[in-house]
Amino acid sequence: MATQQSRSAARLMMAPAVILLLGWMLVPLIMTLYFSFKKYLPLRGGDLGWVGFDNYVSFVTSSSFWPSIQTTLIIVGGVLVITLVLGVLLAILLDQPMWGQGIVRILVIAPFFVMPTVSALVWKNMFMDPINGILAHLWRFFGAQPVEWLSQASMPSLIIIISWQWLPFATLILLTAIQSLDSEQLEAAEMDGAPVLKRFWFITLPHLSRAITIVILIQTIFLLGIFAEIFVTTGGAFGTRTLSYLIFQRVLESQNIGLGSAGGVYAIILANIVAIFLMRIVGKNLDA
Amino acid sequence: MARATTPRRKSINTALAWAVGLLIFFPILWTILTSFKIEAQAINDPPLFLFFDWTLENYAVVQERSDYMRYLWNSIIIAGGSTLLGLIVAVPAAWSMAFVPSKRTKDILMWMLSTKMLPAVGVLYPIYLLFIKLGLLDSRIGLVIVLMLINLPIIVWMLYTYFREIPGEILEAARMDGATLKEEILYVLTPMAVPGIASTVLLNIILAWNEAFWTLNLTAAKAAPLTAFIASYSSPEGLFYAKLSAASTMAIAPILILGWFSQKQLVRGLTFGAVK
Amino acid sequence: MGQIELKGVTKRFGEVEVIPPLDLKIDEGEFVVFVGPSGCGKSTLLRLIAGLEDVSGGVIEIDGTEATTLPPAKRRLAMVFQSYALYPHMSVKKNIAFPLKMAKTDPKVIEEKVANAASILNLTDYLDRRPGQLSGGQRQRVAIGRAIVREPAAFLFDEPLSNLDAALRVNMRLEISELHQSLGTTMIYVTHDQVEAMTMADKIVVLQAGRIEQVGSPLELYRAPRNRFVAGFIGSPKMNFVEGEEAAKHNAHAIGIRPEHIEVSTTEGLWQGKVGVAEHLGSDTFLHVTTAHGVINVRVGGEMGLRHGDTVWLTPDASQMHRFDAKGLALA
Repeated sequence: MATQQSRSAARLMMAPAVILLLGWMLVPLIMTLYFSFKKYLPLRGGDLGWVGFDNYVSFVTSSSFWPSIQTTLIIVGGVLVITLVLGVLLAILLDQPMWGQGIVRILVIAPFFVMPTVSALVWKNMFMDPINGILAHLWRFFGAQPVEWLSQASMPSLIIIISWQWLPFATLILLTAIQSLDSEQLEAAEMDGAPVLKRFWFITLPHLSRAITIVILIQTIFLLGIFAEIFVTTGGAFGTRTLSYLIFQRVLESQNIGLGSAGGVYAIILANIVAIFLMRIVGKNLDA
Repeated sequence: MARATTPRRKSINTALAWAVGLLIFFPILWTILTSFKIEAQAINDPPLFLFFDWTLENYAVVQERSDYMRYLWNSIIIAGGSTLLGLIVAVPAAWSMAFVPSKRTKDILMWMLSTKMLPAVGVLYPIYLLFIKLGLLDSRIGLVIVLMLINLPIIVWMLYTYFREIPGEILEAARMDGATLKEEILYVLTPMAVPGIASTVLLNIILAWNEAFWTLNLTAAKAAPLTAFIASYSSPEGLFYAKLSAASTMAIAPILILGWFSQKQLVRGLTFGAVK
Repeated sequence: MGQIELKGVTKRFGEVEVIPPLDLKIDEGEFVVFVGPSGCGKSTLLRLIAGLEDVSGGVIEIDGTEATTLPPAKRRLAMVFQSYALYPHMSVKKNIAFPLKMAKTDPKVIEEKVANAASILNLTDYLDRRPGQLSGGQRQRVAIGRAIVREPAAFLFDEPLSNLDAALRVNMRLEISELHQSLGTTMIYVTHDQVEAMTMADKIVVLQAGRIEQVGSPLELYRAPRNRFVAGFIGSPKMNFVEGEEAAKHNAHAIGIRPEHIEVSTTEGLWQGKVGVAEHLGSDTFLHVTTAHGVINVRVGGEMGLRHGDTVWLTPDASQMHRFDAKGLALA
């Protein structure tokens, strides 16, 4: 619905964004591919020539590969489930009439503003420390043996920390969606004799599907690349090494660029599988 | 319209919601409180809630030890700069996608979002290398560029959803009224898009402020923002809870305050305009 | 000034030809209404004239000079949109002044022209308000004001009254007509409402599927529709069509007779029928009568005491009868 003139102007105006992102995507990608076929140790001899698929093979056959994939999926999945379930419940609660709704909303959003390094440090030291942490005090108060959270229950601990950071986001989006639900629909269902739970299941939840899709999409994008939380808390120890973190260690800690790059290619492939899957859902859901 | 809620019901709601809200907020509250304690009291068992010897000493120590102001300044420049640069690139792109859509618009948007899914670690070394070659390592301008690029898809996407809400007839009216493309964007589109742009800016400042992969890996001392500042407190050294809390409070305070003041725009922004 | 001519204008969206080659001449000072069912291409045609869409072929001339590829701003046309398309962030005054500002008019002249337009449109008291604070009718007037100040060669209206309630629509219809009388500028007006077309137009262009079915004055279209489509579209309630035996009596495939040209009697007449629904308006009575030739709508002046189920006889006025062939074209 436009004239030729505005169409060419539009193309021109889109160009900078497209070119920048294309460059941002392609240049490092090609370099990563290039390094992944080399034995490249900057601190131990530098470029030691082409090695074919050696890096790919040794990355996958290394004992840390599959656990890292598993860890990644557990973290992403765990955080998604927790934030969605609690998010829906919290959104419904916040949608009820109450006093001080605005303030409660501010309290609930707050964790989203906290930078990941801070939240990881605060949780690690002031809450999950087995001697001086609040949780240890609490356990002792009830006469229990304090848990060594980040070593004995490292994965649940990480999932708790990350969920705390992302719960506000999920809650807000779901709350906005709930508020947009036409109350006449619920009233009609009530007239039709549907009890509260059925109304939730057949009216509210389907209405939220679009919002849930958005939450899943955005959170997955950010959760796949989770870094600071692990970097600060466990440093990848105690079975918390995600694929991202494993690659980070290969590249920066052991300075094995070739191996790290091969890992990077795997991570990119994994991300693309997830992306294609997500885009399908989102594309379908956003068309409306 | 809904029926009147009974006061009893409303009281229960209120109590429940406040309890949950305070529980979620507790880690932040606790951090802020602890930052005013002396170290010995910070680890007191049972924990001291309000009745302790209030002190500002920790803030002074942290500023002295780590030069907070320098990190703060870096954070402001990096978050602000990347957002501004992102806007300059994204506004025209989002404009054309929203008002002159073609068959490929949707694909381009999806592709842009998919670049966001490229794992950062996968390209860490190439970027690192490029930064060394270009002399951008540990420079603010380098971080501004990188953060602009990683947030660009989100800026474009958000602006696109906001722009699409502006009725096309108004822009056509401007065209009939003799406005050139530049005048159309300047006098008609931009003023109407200001609320949407404001939400976009806010969300991006927050995302950039809290970004903790590139800021940690591409800076050393000179350009390090607050994410790096706080990471330097990650290795425990004796009694340090109060100082850690002070440093944390200082790192999150600016964004917390900004976020609370602009709550309304932010809620709009957070939903990416996709949920109404 | 204000003569517009379309020569062989066509418009395609991809493979779909929404407007087959079309010729039309609009004379200076005329009030032309494009009317047709939704999707007939009337709005597209207006947008082609405005320059908001590119033509796929053909030539558009404005005042004798070719304007086919001119951008909208250069065509000296002003448009009033269905949604009014007011700038929500500007006051009424700024909205009206906008085109002048774009033309870099002297601020003093702008002030004068805006004041003048506001007084014509009764907007003087609202100049400092924002569009959001105005009623629908006032917004409509602001949109018109924005068009007036440019002193365009022609005004284009795209279904401007469809967002107003019924009473206001009648008022605005009058105001626009009066405006046309006093300005004498060419106006092109798009609507799907044949009442608007009949009451306002000097010349009506009836469109269907992008094709011009007939061009003429309101009464020409009413008296001598060229085909069944125009006959059915113009006039309210709609014309009745009867096919078969009754039509054959008049040497036609179908005959058309308007509801107001049928005589109703409770005792005798040509066609016998039963009253289905009777709509009593006071000034008129509309009867839906089921006969052997289908449901016939009848309009009777004043009140007629007929009710559901009553038997009546209908007699069409033969002198007002329209005859059509099998293709739907009117027979002389």
